[in-house]
Amino acid sequence: MNRSHMRVYFDYNATTPLAPEVAEAVARATQDLFGNASSIHYFGQQAKAALDEARSAVAALIHADPSEVVFTGGGTESDNFAIRGAAEAAEVSGRRHLVASAIEHEAVLNTLKALARRGWRTALVPVDQSGVASPDELRTAMADDTSIVSVMHANNEIGTIQPIAELSAIAHERGALMHTDAVQSAGKIPVDVRALGVDLLSLSAHKFNGPKGAGALWIKRGTRLQPILTGGKHERNRRAGTENVPAIVGMGVAARLAIAKMSGEAARVRALRDRLEEGILRAVPGTAVNGARTARVPNTTNISFDRVEAESLLIALDLEGVAVSTGSACSSGTLEPSHVLRAMGLPAHRTQNSLRFSLGMFSTEEEVDHVIEVLPRLVEKLRGLTRKTVTA
Amino acid sequence: MSGGVDSSVAAALLAEQGHDVIGLSMQLYDQTEGQTSFGSCCSIDDLHDARRVAAAINIPHYILNFERQFDEQVVSNFVREYTSGRTPLPCAHCNSDLKFATLVERAQGFGADAVATGHYARVERDAVTGRYRLQRGVDPAKDQSYFLFSLTQHQLARAVFPVGDRPKDAVREYARLRQLPVANKPDSQEICFIPDDDYAGFVTTHAADAPRDGVIVDEHGRVLGSHAGIHRFTVGQRKGLGLTSSPTGTPMYVLALRPADQQVVVGPKSSLERTTLTASGVNWIAEEPRAAIHVAAQIRHRHQAAPAAVRALGDAQAEVVFDTPQIAVTPGQAVVFYDGDVVVGGGWID
Repeated sequence: MNRSHMRVYFDYNATTPLAPEVAEAVARATQDLFGNASSIHYFGQQAKAALDEARSAVAALIHADPSEVVFTGGGTESDNFAIRGAAEAAEVSGRRHLVASAIEHEAVLNTLKALARRGWRTALVPVDQSGVASPDELRTAMADDTSIVSVMHANNEIGTIQPIAELSAIAHERGALMHTDAVQSAGKIPVDVRALGVDLLSLSAHKFNGPKGAGALWIKRGTRLQPILTGGKHERNRRAGTENVPAIVGMGVAARLAIAKMSGEAARVRALRDRLEEGILRAVPGTAVNGARTARVPNTTNISFDRVEAESLLIALDLEGVAVSTGSACSSGTLEPSHVLRAMGLPAHRTQNSLRFSLGMFSTEEEVDHVIEVLPRLVEKLRGLTRKTVTA
Repeated sequence: MSGGVDSSVAAALLAEQGHDVIGLSMQLYDQTEGQTSFGSCCSIDDLHDARRVAAAINIPHYILNFERQFDEQVVSNFVREYTSGRTPLPCAHCNSDLKFATLVERAQGFGADAVATGHYARVERDAVTGRYRLQRGVDPAKDQSYFLFSLTQHQLARAVFPVGDRPKDAVREYARLRQLPVANKPDSQEICFIPDDDYAGFVTTHAADAPRDGVIVDEHGRVLGSHAGIHRFTVGQRKGLGLTSSPTGTPMYVLALRPADQQVVVGPKSSLERTTLTASGVNWIAEEPRAAIHVAAQIRHRHQAAPAAVRALGDAQAEVVFDTPQIAVTPGQAVVFYDGDVVVGGGWID
């Protein structure tokens, strides 16, 4: 039987649909720009020119110089490159300590774990109940031989924005490099590498309506970084491998669009997110927002539903055509309690009954109202079943 | 949907019949830490297979995490039974305590009216009495009704077994016709959470108290050897006793396991014969009989059900008296009572 209903996509923090301009540019580049950007001839030059334009666009998005932008295969590679590259480059000078916040994406946390198995010492900076890493906690976590500190700009699950500039100053005081994973902030809020005071910054195209498989690492001039992919002399000797020209072209177009539309879009999406959040809190009893409601990216809300298993509610919503997530898409399927919510000190039940709603470019008021309309019934039904089990 | 051919065909049949089908798979144990040697039910590859089948028949598919419930309701019982000298039947516990309990409840939350599985069994409602009747699957080699004896009327009312009225060959043939990606996948054999078949090793690592050594004795209490824990044995077992020679020269079998003094009692095959047993946790699918009734009682999955009289003792207990002695009545296994193909009831052998 067919399930005829509207499909609502509120999982923009997992990935975003392509902007039409991006789709068109990628398609055109796939056809026309097949040359290897490293080739000397006409075809290579065409591809190289497209890369240069994309590099300028991505640099503009973060107020950086194009020569400092290295294209990668995505946010995870960028995070790996920043941390492994910095750790290995600083190893020769005896620095063997790494610091990250407790609410980082798995791309950072598991990279630290992998390095810990190879002898590096690591420390995680705790966050407070609102999901913010405090400068004092970072001071405590630092060691004399810390090589790099990695704290995300905006959190993927709850959207909280971290005080990166302050944290950078602390890292630098101790001679460490500062990296920020800006995958969830770029395109949503202004990102300025100088204002943030960082040395390294990760980006991912598909989080701002660009294609998957393209990302970038911004490397401040003069930063010592060991390449993690070795091979040809691509990307100024920093990242070997033939560039994925169509995807990178798409990333550039997406960056230009984000720059042009950011202020208007941020306000529009924020209004929708607030309407959704307030609507849910009003329509569904036993709900609460997780994390700070002020210092947050405008598109994200993370809400816990008392006496409902998030996994069940997610599926029930999907069967109604509403796509949301329980947290990081990368950890779904295993349903471990969210490490982010746990780090915020939420009680066990709230770490397992929370859903993330993340909005974006194509989100509409009609969709928001639809979700507010279907949610109470689904929650009621699931709570009824839970009660029966408890009393059985 | 386990990712096997039976549940895949079950889903495909229902979808073809026009039902609104949601594919659910249960993740039952942690598969994240680099295990690569899985080959049986519900390993991570099997979950991928289930997803591919769901995509092929165009139904939504979700993986539900039941690791905690599976550990609490199935695995811990399995370990406890072995360490107390019994031989558990985890699939039956999984059916009544997880699949047709927690899973059904979750499915109701998604608006589902019933839960279908790939079991070879049949369920139908008696138009006269209104009771649900459980019957063997039509393929005698594949029948799984033995593992379903503990389903209550309430649970049977929500159970659907789409492949129960077909032989396995026909199920595979259908899978091939529909080009399901698992059409030629081998059947799973082992207990799903112990893919390497090393039950003893599993129990050793999961038991609350380390299993203790003990001695092997004959029926008269004479010590014949030693062993590394009674969980390594099951009643009727002949191989792996570690006895250099039997005193009489005849093959020796495990007759009983005594958890109190960690003894394994062995003896000749003739001493394995029993004509009576009692069962606990008895579930009557048909009306509970007031007097003794004649049934065919099956004491193992692969046992040929044998004529017996069964009498309800109250308190969910029953006594079974076989017409002829049966070999290896094994505590912890199920005894299931059949009237022809119909499951009258069953219980756990004391």
